[in-house]
Amino acid sequence: MTTTSTTHARTSDITPNITPGATRQPRNHVSFEQTVRNSFTMAYRGLLKIKRTPEQLVDVTLQPIIFTLMFTYIFGGAISGNIAGYLPIIIPGILAQTVITTSVVTGVQLREDMDKGVFDRFKSMPIARISPLAGALLADTVRYLIASTLTFVMGYIMGWRPAGGLGAVIIAGLLVIVCAWAISWVFAFFGVIARSASSVQGISFLVLFPLTFLSNAFVPVETMPGWLQWFVNANPVSHLITAVRDLTGSGTIGSDFGLALLGAAVVVAIFAPLTVRAYMRKA
Amino acid sequence: MSKSSDWAVEAHGLVKTFGDNRAVDGVDLSVRTGTIYGVLGPNGAGKTTTISMLATLLRPDEGTATVFGHDVQNEAQVVRQLIGVTAQFASVDERLSASENLVIFGRLLGLGRTEAKRRSAELLEEFALTEAARRPISKFSGGMRRRLDLAASLIAQPPLIFLDEPTTGLDPRTRAQMYDTIRRLVSTGSTVLLTTQYLDEADQLADRIAVIDNGKVVAEGTSNELKASVGESSLQLRLIDPADTEDTRRAIASVLGVEATITSEPGRVTAPMTNPDAVTDLFITLREAGIRLAEMSVQKPTLDEVFLTLTGHGVEASTEASDASEPERVSA
Repeated sequence: MTTTSTTHARTSDITPNITPGATRQPRNHVSFEQTVRNSFTMAYRGLLKIKRTPEQLVDVTLQPIIFTLMFTYIFGGAISGNIAGYLPIIIPGILAQTVITTSVVTGVQLREDMDKGVFDRFKSMPIARISPLAGALLADTVRYLIASTLTFVMGYIMGWRPAGGLGAVIIAGLLVIVCAWAISWVFAFFGVIARSASSVQGISFLVLFPLTFLSNAFVPVETMPGWLQWFVNANPVSHLITAVRDLTGSGTIGSDFGLALLGAAVVVAIFAPLTVRAYMRKA
Repeated sequence: MSKSSDWAVEAHGLVKTFGDNRAVDGVDLSVRTGTIYGVLGPNGAGKTTTISMLATLLRPDEGTATVFGHDVQNEAQVVRQLIGVTAQFASVDERLSASENLVIFGRLLGLGRTEAKRRSAELLEEFALTEAARRPISKFSGGMRRRLDLAASLIAQPPLIFLDEPTTGLDPRTRAQMYDTIRRLVSTGSTVLLTTQYLDEADQLADRIAVIDNGKVVAEGTSNELKASVGESSLQLRLIDPADTEDTRRAIASVLGVEATITSEPGRVTAPMTNPDAVTDLFITLREAGIRLAEMSVQKPTLDEVFLTLTGHGVEASTEASDASEPERVSA
């Protein structure tokens, strides 16, 4: 008898009496503020996971180093005559390409994550439906930050001296991160609809290659056939690269900056709702 | 109808179809506030699918359900604020520690940073996980995971808690601890809806039980009502020669006028004892037929027999038919 009452006393200390369901006044609407708060909590979860498994950062650390070295020395002589002259062209190109490539992993990891039971709990909680996705994508901006920084550092080591100054370089880096985050919604969509992580990777690279290579990243657009120029000039990645070149080369913000952001906004406007709807249907 | 405060869950004609398999085929449930309600059935009977619909994880194809008077489809976000769900498979983040998991869930539920930490520490203490709080979950035992899972469902102190097979895979000692925890939840004012395939679990815990099979509720009532439905007591016979089983069954049918149940154990026959007076005649008949008994006993009914009687098949048989977690079912 004594034991029983002690147990009960302990319980009521710790778990106060439950408010009856019928007397609660819950709301059926999730506010924008709560959506943002939930997304940031989810992003915090993503960061903790990166902290726990730092080995998943291998791609964002090695890829910028290898790509920068490789492409600069392969194309430098052919396109600009020498390496130093090519660096202001290639570093913005490599930057956009590397960071966008990194965003593919977002979709792959999202697929892996969604297969875990914890996503079932998220679905049963009174949180913004978009937040598990938005948070995961937000946490991945850390990966883009690492990739951007390393690309810039590699360029600097190889002799790249951006005339736009440090401030312009930081703004350029942020622009790339914002655009990569937007594009990661495309890969997140594949992540949500695909059956396995490896198929996400497969589909994503089919989108990624035209998007990054059919741009002005490596070679001048004038050298391409007319029909290809049309695509390259319409490709938002080209505008992003031009905007980064403007910023780092002369510290100016031109129309390409706005077009890159517009492209990013359009991608989010299309793919965020698609992804969330597919995610909810999978529930 | 009664007031919404009386009923934690009211479901009418719930149907969920996967392909051409009607996983849940017209389930009605009414769970009174402050009670433990057991949904009992074999694997693939539709228990998890039913819970998923009540917990807003799946949309019912037909039928309606309310939680404290709120519709699970139209007011899903309200319902989510009133429930805690502990699914059959660990729904916590394996790569994070126990306290990190609980803090994140707490933050998502709107607690402040310090409040979330405090609540996490309280729950870890209550579920005897304080020492393991910083360890990654991948190093946890099955029992620890179940406890953490339940703790995670209690952060917001929901008035209704869904427990999907809370003791599956637990050893007897951890199972007993889980029973205590569930009873304590109800003593603080919660309502618990649990599923189980263990008959004695439903018997021990649940105030009312719904027996579910092939997506339908085949019986509903208190444990005693269900037992009474198969007769006051049962006659248990064990035959020396299992080959006599069929003859024994026929003898029981003609002498006692009841249908005997043949259990999976060879030579074991169980019959409802509606008329104890006629049992003497049965023994004489068996002696004359040369059927020899190794053992006989009279037993108060168990839920096992209730189950056999109601569904016409044993729990084991259907477990073999579909042992995976999938909501599929091989029709007999």
